[in-house]
Amino acid sequence: MLQEFLPAAPVLLVLLGGTIAIIFEGAVPRLVRPTVQAAWTLLVLLGAFCWTLYGWTVYQPQLTAMNALTLDGPAQLAWMLLLFFAALGALLFAERRVGGGESPFAPNASAVPSSQVEREAIAARQEQTEVFPLLLFSVAGMMVFVAANDLLVMFVALEILSFPLYVLSGMARRRRLLSQEASLKYFLLGGLSSAIFLYGIALVFGYAGSFYFRDIDLAIQANAQSPWLLLCGLGMVAIGVLFKIGAVPFHNWVPDVYQGAPTPVTAFMAICTKLAATMGLLRLLYVALGSLRWDWQPMLAVVAVLTMLVGSLVGLVQTDVKRLLAYSSVAHAGFILVGVIGAVTTVNGLADDRVGSVSAILIYLAAYGLATMGAFAIVTLVRRSGAEATSYASWAGLGRRDPMLGVLMTIFLLSMAGIPLTGGFVGKLAVFAAAWNGGYSWLVLIAVVASLITAGFYFRIVWVMFGQTPNSETALVSPGVGTQIVIWVGVIGTILLGVLPGPLLDIAINSAGFIR
Amino acid sequence: MSPNAYLVLSAILFSIGVLGFLIRRNVLIIFMSVELMLNAANLAMVAFSYANGNLLGQVGAFFVMVVAAAEVVIGLAIIMIIFKTRRSASVDDQNQLKH
Repeated sequence: MLQEFLPAAPVLLVLLGGTIAIIFEGAVPRLVRPTVQAAWTLLVLLGAFCWTLYGWTVYQPQLTAMNALTLDGPAQLAWMLLLFFAALGALLFAERRVGGGESPFAPNASAVPSSQVEREAIAARQEQTEVFPLLLFSVAGMMVFVAANDLLVMFVALEILSFPLYVLSGMARRRRLLSQEASLKYFLLGGLSSAIFLYGIALVFGYAGSFYFRDIDLAIQANAQSPWLLLCGLGMVAIGVLFKIGAVPFHNWVPDVYQGAPTPVTAFMAICTKLAATMGLLRLLYVALGSLRWDWQPMLAVVAVLTMLVGSLVGLVQTDVKRLLAYSSVAHAGFILVGVIGAVTTVNGLADDRVGSVSAILIYLAAYGLATMGAFAIVTLVRRSGAEATSYASWAGLGRRDPMLGVLMTIFLLSMAGIPLTGGFVGKLAVFAAAWNGGYSWLVLIAVVASLITAGFYFRIVWVMFGQTPNSETALVSPGVGTQIVIWVGVIGTILLGVLPGPLLDIAINSAGFIR
Repeated sequence: MSPNAYLVLSAILFSIGVLGFLIRRNVLIIFMSVELMLNAANLAMVAFSYANGNLLGQVGAFFVMVVAAAEVVIGLAIIMIIFKTRRSASVDDQNQLKH
């Protein structure tokens, strides 16, 4: 019985770590609690990472936790990426130096902004250290989501990963009204999308008579035609996951939530949610609904085209760095979908040593995550009277005032634009190649045009930073150790991935096979 | 017993939920519409479970109920703090974040 759960230990470890962190809330004295919580969170994430690494060398691909989870290459690699990026996110959560000794979160999130209660909380230097267990629970939900072997587990995991994020989005220390509004919007739209996802699950269950991916696949193969019941279910389930990825027309929450949420949360959410949702979508479409490929490919192609065009064109007219990064994340969702649509896997004739859709998307997500994490870390450093200043006007001339920071930000933006010698280029190349081999060359052409347009707004920020006269009202605070680690890991990772993509490519190719 | 009547009822409930979400402006009513959609899915799962002759759908409905309860806790907390701050429960007033 216990043996059954051993390969899933990293997930259990993160859940247990989160529970113990909640006990810390009551047991640890208030003054040392922030330090203890941050250190404990990092320790738990590191431990889970090492265990995943160990499991990767030891376990054969298998079903685990009484067939609820699948432990195969993509799941394990996604776990490692999730834990890695979550640890970087936790470093940003714990950063205090950039806020002048204050954490990025509200001292008392339930107090009315600028009320007496809040002033007292600030005076008493209260802190909401619950953000760390919330982060751990969210990561656990994401890990279950990428490895889920049936639709019901997937639904529960989707909710476990979402609920902490709804709360975290509303906890910013500055601009609390915007933060609360972002939280409400995220919650309502997230609730709608998961209800649609659930109804889709009910319809697919009605067709197949089971929640298990394998049984659904068998049921589809047994019937020659695909009835409306199944197609409606497929569409609704896809809507639920596409919402989390941030694909058009389900992207409305992305810019608002990215802008309103505290920047460390935005950084964590931008990468980890997208990673989890993409890998979940891949497993759903390739394993459970693989036989319906001819039905979902055109449907997703329309979504991908819309996503790329809206993300890149609306991004052009933005005047706020955080909002711009949000639209860039929408455009990236489109590029990722291009790779999903290609659907080139070893199941349908890919040679064992070539890059297929799954490995391409894993590389893309790694490159996107490194660049985005670093870019958001830099966003936290640009401030005006203590609060983050994110408008283009306040970013003017940053690169002239601090050339080092300007160059680092430029590297992240170049990687997002997909310029050669950065990780983003390798990711884009792999994803586009997968779509091309899958017979979607027209989609690749649109994607190339869209990525040229996105390069336009990335270069606009570079021009704002280096071409304009410095804005004297904006302060550039010096980063603390955590933020510095995040920025440098991002830069080194981005460049390494761009110059020497070989090792990661090999790892991704060797672990690209879903089992069913 | 044919499950068709239950499935039609579930589809109607789901549609009412979607319409309520889109039309009503009070946050609490919108939230109730989401819960109605979850319950419509529950009804569909139980009906399909009966039609398919296994218990998976009924077990699924229990999981959904637990998730819905957790959602209420999170949702009401967020709505409460917004209401305390702005003295308004209308989504039309939540308009500070714009394109």
